[in-house]
Amino acid sequence: METAITVVLFVLLLATAIILGRQRNLFAASMLTGIFSLVSAGLFTVMEAVDVAFTEAAVGAGISTVLMLATLSLTEDVEAREKKISWPALAVVVLTGGALIYGTLDMPNFGDPHAVVHGEIARYYIDRSWDEIGLPNMVTSILASYRGSDTFGELGVVFVAGTSVLLLLGGRRSELPASGESPGHERPSSRPPGKRHAHVREMPVVRTVAKVMLPYIVLFAFYVQAHGDFGPGGGFQAGVILATAFILFGLVFGPQELVRHVPPERLERIMAVGLMIYGGVGVVAMLLGGQFLAYGVFTPSHPSHGHHYGIFMVELGVGITVSAVMIIIYATFATRRPSLAPQVVLDAEDRCETEVSADDVPLVPEERALRSGADLLAEGAAGTDAASEVPS
Amino acid sequence: MITDVLHVIGAFFVVVGALFCVIGGIGVIRLPDFYSRCHGSGITDSAGAGALLLGLMFFAPPLVAFKLLALVAFLWVSSTVSTHSLAKAAYSQGVRIENVPRKDWTIAPPPPPAAEDAVLADAASAADPEEPA
Repeated sequence: METAITVVLFVLLLATAIILGRQRNLFAASMLTGIFSLVSAGLFTVMEAVDVAFTEAAVGAGISTVLMLATLSLTEDVEAREKKISWPALAVVVLTGGALIYGTLDMPNFGDPHAVVHGEIARYYIDRSWDEIGLPNMVTSILASYRGSDTFGELGVVFVAGTSVLLLLGGRRSELPASGESPGHERPSSRPPGKRHAHVREMPVVRTVAKVMLPYIVLFAFYVQAHGDFGPGGGFQAGVILATAFILFGLVFGPQELVRHVPPERLERIMAVGLMIYGGVGVVAMLLGGQFLAYGVFTPSHPSHGHHYGIFMVELGVGITVSAVMIIIYATFATRRPSLAPQVVLDAEDRCETEVSADDVPLVPEERALRSGADLLAEGAAGTDAASEVPS
Repeated sequence: MITDVLHVIGAFFVVVGALFCVIGGIGVIRLPDFYSRCHGSGITDSAGAGALLLGLMFFAPPLVAFKLLALVAFLWVSSTVSTHSLAKAAYSQGVRIENVPRKDWTIAPPPPPAAEDAVLADAASAADPEEPA
């Protein structure tokens, strides 16, 4: 039975991947990537990797779809059709693909019992993690303690992703309109009735339900954060769920409102704070005479308690950074709308104007990147200035 | 004995849920326009998944049953709202309705939200000082 489910899920996965590859409508494509992630999450669940499935469902199917949609709102939603094949690009793709396939030859077969991970090391974790760390959820023990440095690296990747988005698109929000008179909302009225975008603010049902749901989503995020020691969950999932609550707020009440309540300048710092909590725990462990991220030294008389404290702090750092990065990526994409969208998206019917404005567009991100780079260097003053500007 | 009865009830709900899922799937493929297809997918979401989860509750220990109940509540609220907003978005975009030409649409697409925006912004800024950010 389980085999049958696995086979069905794999077939669905393959079908989704093929349709995804042939899809030129980017809106459908981003929906399909969400479906792809959801099917993989199901597959992970069948393999009893519940933590991974949870992460995949929250990150892949949930938030990355929303982020892609936020990106699509800045561009057109149909892929431009290339007339001729670009041979260098094809060569690069074939080479990379070939190298990746060659790389998989070294990987153990699917479900191979003699694979290295199923050998000594897995037995060590299974036999010893209860005595050494004492968490019911072994995955958390491995993730945050045995493999703490790996997770630190992953968190670093998340942090770098957020920083890169800020450097490329962030700029300062000084050009944002004052709160309340967001220009994005005037656009619909200029269109003929029945041919304009639906506006979420016109939907009292959605607004009410979002208001009711938001606290529960946040509560669930904290539950997942705290429950990671005992069941599936932990910082990554909790961070994403918390970010989902804020993004839902942004979707329903408008990104300007989100930015007003959660200034990105503050998020930038929070983003770094999480990573520093993680690294700081490791450094404190070193100062107490242990190794980096070896939490046992916190309570020498009872090492497993030290592990509990360490893992809690580390997961907290993960949750803080992940949620801040996700909110900041969404806010950066969504608040960009006023400067770009009026040229590119709205006049999409009018091809001529789109092409004209396409010439102007590349200048804007560069300018902003330069400016935000300079601002990052002179961070303190600029940041507080902008922060005080936003609510006014 | 009691557990047997519970399992029978649970199995009944699971089968009903599976049926609703199939019906919803057929609806999404067969129905003629966007709005009726929304109805099909809505059936899968609320009736199908809802009945499935309710059925599973009868097989689960109390804590898990409570979690499933919470899940059902969440699903019934969120999926119905998402279907509603899909249909409403489609309507204000002017997506075709089968057998109803555009001139016969009785409800005009909603007016621009300018006035409401101002009210909202005021309310939000009034609530602002309490926000801990």
